[in-house]
Amino acid sequence: MNASLVLQWVIKSIIIILVLTGGFAYVTLYERKVLARMQVRIGPNRAGPAGLLQPIADAFKLIFKETFTPAKADKWIYPLAPLLTVIPALIITAVIPWGPPVTIGGKTFTLSLADINTGALYLLTVTSISVYGVTLAGWSSNNKYSMLGGLRATAQMISYELALGMSYLGPILLAGSLSITSIVNSQQHLWNVVLQPIGAIIYMIASIAEVNRSPFDMPEAEQELTAGYLTEYASMKFAMFYMAEYIKMIAVSMIGASLFLGGFWGPGVASIPWLGPIYLFIKVALLLFGFIWIRATLPRIRYDRLMSFGWKVLFPLSVLNVMITAGVILLVGG
Amino acid sequence: MTAELILFLIVALTAIGAAVAMLMSRNTVYSALFLILNFLAVAVFYLILGAPFIALAQITVYAGAIMILFLFVIMMLGAERLKELDPVKWQRPAAIAITLALAAEGTYIVFSKLNPSYVVESFSGNLADPVSIGTLLFDKYALPFEVTSLILLAAVIGAVVLSKAEKKESEQ
Repeated sequence: MNASLVLQWVIKSIIIILVLTGGFAYVTLYERKVLARMQVRIGPNRAGPAGLLQPIADAFKLIFKETFTPAKADKWIYPLAPLLTVIPALIITAVIPWGPPVTIGGKTFTLSLADINTGALYLLTVTSISVYGVTLAGWSSNNKYSMLGGLRATAQMISYELALGMSYLGPILLAGSLSITSIVNSQQHLWNVVLQPIGAIIYMIASIAEVNRSPFDMPEAEQELTAGYLTEYASMKFAMFYMAEYIKMIAVSMIGASLFLGGFWGPGVASIPWLGPIYLFIKVALLLFGFIWIRATLPRIRYDRLMSFGWKVLFPLSVLNVMITAGVILLVGG
Repeated sequence: MTAELILFLIVALTAIGAAVAMLMSRNTVYSALFLILNFLAVAVFYLILGAPFIALAQITVYAGAIMILFLFVIMMLGAERLKELDPVKWQRPAAIAITLALAAEGTYIVFSKLNPSYVVESFSGNLADPVSIGTLLFDKYALPFEVTSLILLAAVIGAVVLSKAEKKESEQ
């Protein structure tokens, strides 16, 4: 372990965190703009040219809000819960490659932070840990709406995690590796979405449920639960939950693009490696557009239907998909 | 002192501290969180031993899946606060006596049977590579693996049967 390698890791980590937090700010604007256009409105256009400074204005507003702690909230866990939500969201993309190796000044660098041989398992591990923030936020607020929202979110996330994990198995079987870089490289000529259409659809549905986005945003159903586990949070603590939600959206889009849409591969990447991150960015932006489109289109589904859909439709379907994929690979010889 | 030893000491102290705090805490949610911290520390041990697959599986299964169910049940039942006094009077002295007996037994066996000729067979497989773990599980250890899966299946069916039976009684 030499110093230059450590320096490389530190720089890459800083890049990931800056891209994700900057991405969060502009995904909020992207969402508001797209939603507005879909609802025949204009959207935010006052702060800066075409509303481009709106996220900065929002950030300043949230920073100057009063930090308020409810009287009987748990004094340790209440402030810890937003952190436990943000940290998994920030670290989950560490195993995703952004591009093929590039050469700068005669030295070759890999464009990924950690190309570990258990990358796909790492994604599942971080997903399973990310549930705690929401659960504990609901419990520690000492509010029955928060509590119900937290319980709902927990039940929903652990139910859809199964189908999510199963949908990873298709690309893993096709690539014969748990490393995300190998999975991406196996799609250089043919994207996995062609070979794994059911897996890709299961991944999309389960990931929407996993990040609690509409139409699966039951934990925040305002008619029934005011704002669910977010009810008692204000100021920067609220901003952290908000940030986690959008960073998770970016993260699941990056994972989806890497597992099913060929990651950074696209025409010309083999000769010009710097096109890799640009292709990945375009794919992530398109998937995010899909998320927003779904939010603008579909109404929230009922909670019992959400659970029975997850357990009785999505999970068996994902198991069946894995069995068929494994059988075909065994017969064809993968 | 090497860096690995310092890391080991930090993680070991965290694991022991978390285990003790779990036992001492009067709030069951805190106890559950300390147990999660303990599981995470154990996962770091696996990483130090060069077994990333087992480390990540440990976090996913124990710290992730099982403990979230513990927390879920604690919160749903509203059982966060333990009563200050034990409902069973003789529980604490009995627990202390049994623990001491177990510790004495363990110490006796370690010191009486400790001879250099008895060596635990060291594991020769490669735990760093998921492919070799999979090959080992489905080849050399296929029978234990299948037996484990049957036990898990029995547990799943048991849970379904228990919840079904309860439903019928409430209907009557």
